[in-house]
Amino acid sequence: MAIELRVPTILRTYTGGAKAVNGDGATLAEFIDNVNGAHPGLKERIVEGEPEELRRFVNVYVNDEDVRFTGGLKTGIKDGDVVVVLPAVAGG
Amino acid sequence: MRFDSLLDSVGGTPLVGLPKLSPSGDVRLWAKLEDHNPTGSIKDRAALRMLLDAEKDGRLRPGNTILEPTSGNTGISLAMAAKLRGYRMVCVMPENTSEERRQILRMWGAEIISSPAAGGSNEAVRVAKQVAEDHPDWVMLYQYGNPSNALAHYDGTAREILDDLPSVTHFVAGLGTTGTLMGAGRFFREHKPDVKIVAAEPRYGELVYGLRNLDEGFVPELYDATLIDARFSVGPRDAVRRVRELLDNEGIFAGISTGAILHAALGQAAKCVREGETADIAFVVADGGWKYLSTGAYEGTIDEAEDRLDGQLWA
Repeated sequence: MAIELRVPTILRTYTGGAKAVNGDGATLAEFIDNVNGAHPGLKERIVEGEPEELRRFVNVYVNDEDVRFTGGLKTGIKDGDVVVVLPAVAGG
Repeated sequence: MRFDSLLDSVGGTPLVGLPKLSPSGDVRLWAKLEDHNPTGSIKDRAALRMLLDAEKDGRLRPGNTILEPTSGNTGISLAMAAKLRGYRMVCVMPENTSEERRQILRMWGAEIISSPAAGGSNEAVRVAKQVAEDHPDWVMLYQYGNPSNALAHYDGTAREILDDLPSVTHFVAGLGTTGTLMGAGRFFREHKPDVKIVAAEPRYGELVYGLRNLDEGFVPELYDATLIDARFSVGPRDAVRRVRELLDNEGIFAGISTGAILHAALGQAAKCVREGETADIAFVVADGGWKYLSTGAYEGTIDEAEDRLDGQLWA
């Protein structure tokens, strides 16, 4: 088992076109670092600043729940979880 | 119930229990039937309030043209209100929205400017801002940043729910302009702060998210994350499955976005059951299913429906 990252179309240049890649980690931050090891450049499109936080127009979901309401980058994750990254869009 | 005109009848919608879908006698679901509004959606509340407030503060004067970026419902509501109050209505709408929505808009006299499918409503907003620059005399009420949008739900939707269901513990609604959640969120924070505010956000196919830079995303100016407690992303498969469950079990024929909202509400209900809590979960039925029949969401297998919805703005 592993943790799956669903990659939005615009970030697939970092994953050789793959729609999903796997990684490991106990928190979202660790997971993003881990995935970035295999796909350098991915992290800085998702995370910014010091201390690190999610970029303003990027939404990240673990098992469909927005991580901004579950602890942000400190959100705990485990094998079998699915992490989705999406640009923020309008509705209405 | 008697009203002086159609516009006076906006709001005051029924709240109905869901005896079959509620997991137990202690964890109950309640549907706020916003399809009972004059044009059949919750957007009548925001549209009417934005229009009346703009008249009051003098931004809108007789004979003006109203411009609005919309994926459909807000435009339809504004077109109805504009017709009755004597304004011309121009909508900017993504081209990947259902044909019914276009026909209904035209029926109420609105003119439609199409924006590109790729990028979804973000593109409609961008195009509308450009059109507004070209026509400085047109009035853009701008649902994404207009406080009257949220106020309609503060004074209406949320207050009605608390009046009808004083034991309410959760409020679940769709996240688009964020107006419903911001208005209801603020109302409950002030009047019953232990009510949890849950957002259900539709997750579309890849086309809708466009191919441009991540930094060109869009967060409505109204959005204040401190007013909600949890936010779920719901894809078309779960939305379709739930909208069919709502019809099969409770007889409610709702639009696809309501399936996404119900999915989040049922997730919350299951969590309450696991944790042994008592809960009264009120959720919004944003509109009826009529406008989405041509999307194919209500026929065939879930797989087929999911395929058909790919690339469409289904909420």
